[in-house]
Amino acid sequence: MRPALLRQVAAFVATVVVIQLASVAGEKAFLLTQLTMSAYYTLVVLGLSLFMGYAGQISLGHAAFFAVGGYTSAVMTTFDLGPFRSTAWVAAAGKVGLLATRTDAFGSQVLAFHPWPAMACAVLLTAAIAFAVGVPVLKLKGHYLAMATLGLGTIVYSVALGTATLGAADGISGVPPLPVLPGIAVGGNGSRIANYYVAGTVLAVSMLLLLNLVHSRVGRALRAIHGAEDAASAMGVDTAHYKVRTFVLSAAMAGLAGVLLTHYNGSIGPSEASIMKSVKYVAIVAVGGMGSLWGTLAASMVLNFLSLRGYFGTLDDAVFGTILVVVMLFAPQGILAIDLRRALRFLRPTRGAPAEPG
Amino acid sequence: MTGALAIQYLVAGLTYGTIYAVVGMGFNIIYNTTGIINFAQGEFVMLGGMIAVSLHAILPLPLAIAGAVLATMVVGALIELVFIHWLSRPTVLRMIIVTIGISILIREVALLIWGHNVRVLPYFTGNEISAIDLLGARISPQVLWVVAVCAAMVALTTAFFQWTMLGRQMRACASNQVGAAVCGLPIRRLVTLSFVLSAGMGALAGCVVCPITYTQYGMGTGLAIKGFTVAILGGLGNSLGAVAAGLLLGIIESFTVSQLPTAFKDTVSIAILLGVLLLRPSGLFGARVATRA
Repeated sequence: MRPALLRQVAAFVATVVVIQLASVAGEKAFLLTQLTMSAYYTLVVLGLSLFMGYAGQISLGHAAFFAVGGYTSAVMTTFDLGPFRSTAWVAAAGKVGLLATRTDAFGSQVLAFHPWPAMACAVLLTAAIAFAVGVPVLKLKGHYLAMATLGLGTIVYSVALGTATLGAADGISGVPPLPVLPGIAVGGNGSRIANYYVAGTVLAVSMLLLLNLVHSRVGRALRAIHGAEDAASAMGVDTAHYKVRTFVLSAAMAGLAGVLLTHYNGSIGPSEASIMKSVKYVAIVAVGGMGSLWGTLAASMVLNFLSLRGYFGTLDDAVFGTILVVVMLFAPQGILAIDLRRALRFLRPTRGAPAEPG
Repeated sequence: MTGALAIQYLVAGLTYGTIYAVVGMGFNIIYNTTGIINFAQGEFVMLGGMIAVSLHAILPLPLAIAGAVLATMVVGALIELVFIHWLSRPTVLRMIIVTIGISILIREVALLIWGHNVRVLPYFTGNEISAIDLLGARISPQVLWVVAVCAAMVALTTAFFQWTMLGRQMRACASNQVGAAVCGLPIRRLVTLSFVLSAGMGALAGCVVCPITYTQYGMGTGLAIKGFTVAILGGLGNSLGAVAAGLLLGIIESFTVSQLPTAFKDTVSIAILLGVLLLRPSGLFGARVATRA
């Protein structure tokens, strides 16, 4: 692994620790809850950043992948298999240790899937859906992927809203915590600080993997596709193949984020699948800069945190709409890429005049 | 399902279908001259309805509608002049994101002005309970208004592009922008005109459906998704294809509602259309051109 990469990740870990210490010292440890949630949303945004920034494609359906992951895990861990105990497959699943019995909020015994196999199924299902949509659509150019992912988003949203098993408009609650280490679990009554560090670790590991990926042969191929797809194709880059792989990886990350946040919150609702959510993810990638993973990480943590804390109030959608328009018009490479000196040249009285000192 | 009931659903489907068709055509007009997919297309429909309702408080209905269409055309022109005009060679990705942002902003402004409430115009002729008998099905006169106005719009736009000088110039701009510029056509003004035209069509459609579907600040998103689907299925840029695909979508939806809970209305129609898209990427009616990468 390259030393620069290690240094960046080390700086990230240090930031995570400093924020935790500062929040506890300032007696504002409650902020860690929103930071933990932001971290999981950031996982979605990072995957989308890989797909948009490096492969140059747009997905308007990442909230749908998030919801597929979250809902799959929620259903599997809350649906009571007790009445089906005697059927062959439930007995078999029980024998291999895929099931777990627990007591729900009302004191009754629930036999359901253990969170870990549920998570595996959720991520695999998300990846499979992305693959099924991606293979045919990514062979096409232009607006088709926007259309297909938008359609997928609409479908997932209305299925979540219209299916009784998925809790319809109420969503699913009572999702059990996901045990990570003895004494540490995602969600439930797990400690706020422990959960914060679990989320931080997930983010750090994801960043490490993604940064490695973009600095590899795959990353170079993706940048070539973004730059000039025809040229990349002519140079022997299997463009459709790389796009599909990136799409599936990015969807799987969204699915994983959905699983983790659902366990953390103990619930999931249909609003997680809405088109506006998908658009927000796109807005955050735009702010962070296409092709800048660290920029995306920072933008996502800040914007999600502010949004979750309710700083934008009823103007939440308006803020993200403004961000989309302004950033895409003035800084299509993200706000970190703005050349300040060039931007300030507007302020000078005449063009070509010598720069003012300072 | 009895014959009369089937006709009832068919007519309901056609009513929505004509609206999808008009929104789809709006997408096409802008796409043709600029290559941009304008996601704010559904917002034009919403604005048309909303402004007409507000103007109707002080003006008679025909004037209120005319005012709403004009005002929305101005909005269309402003969108083009403020946001799109000065970008040279923007990428597809960038333009999709900009127009999505614009649609959110229009929606938020509408929320600020008109609030959450649904608004409604009176029926153009008759009232809520008047109905015409058609082969045993009961049809509201407003449905006839919707179908007639939308059909007239489709016919007029087609004629405009086919036979008028301005329409031909816009088509020239669509088929080869550089070539059209070399021939001395005012490309930038034609692009602005395409936004104005498309905004006006959307607004008029928004006015005629308002008495049936009501108008709410957030109705544009759903319409934009449907209109985009329809435009792609008809073969992007093919206006008559969009009309056919729009009617088809409306009818599929209407019969879905007759069999399944309303929540699945979008699911079935969009799933079918996505399936078609995967089998025939150039759309149902598009030429099989080289769109494959």
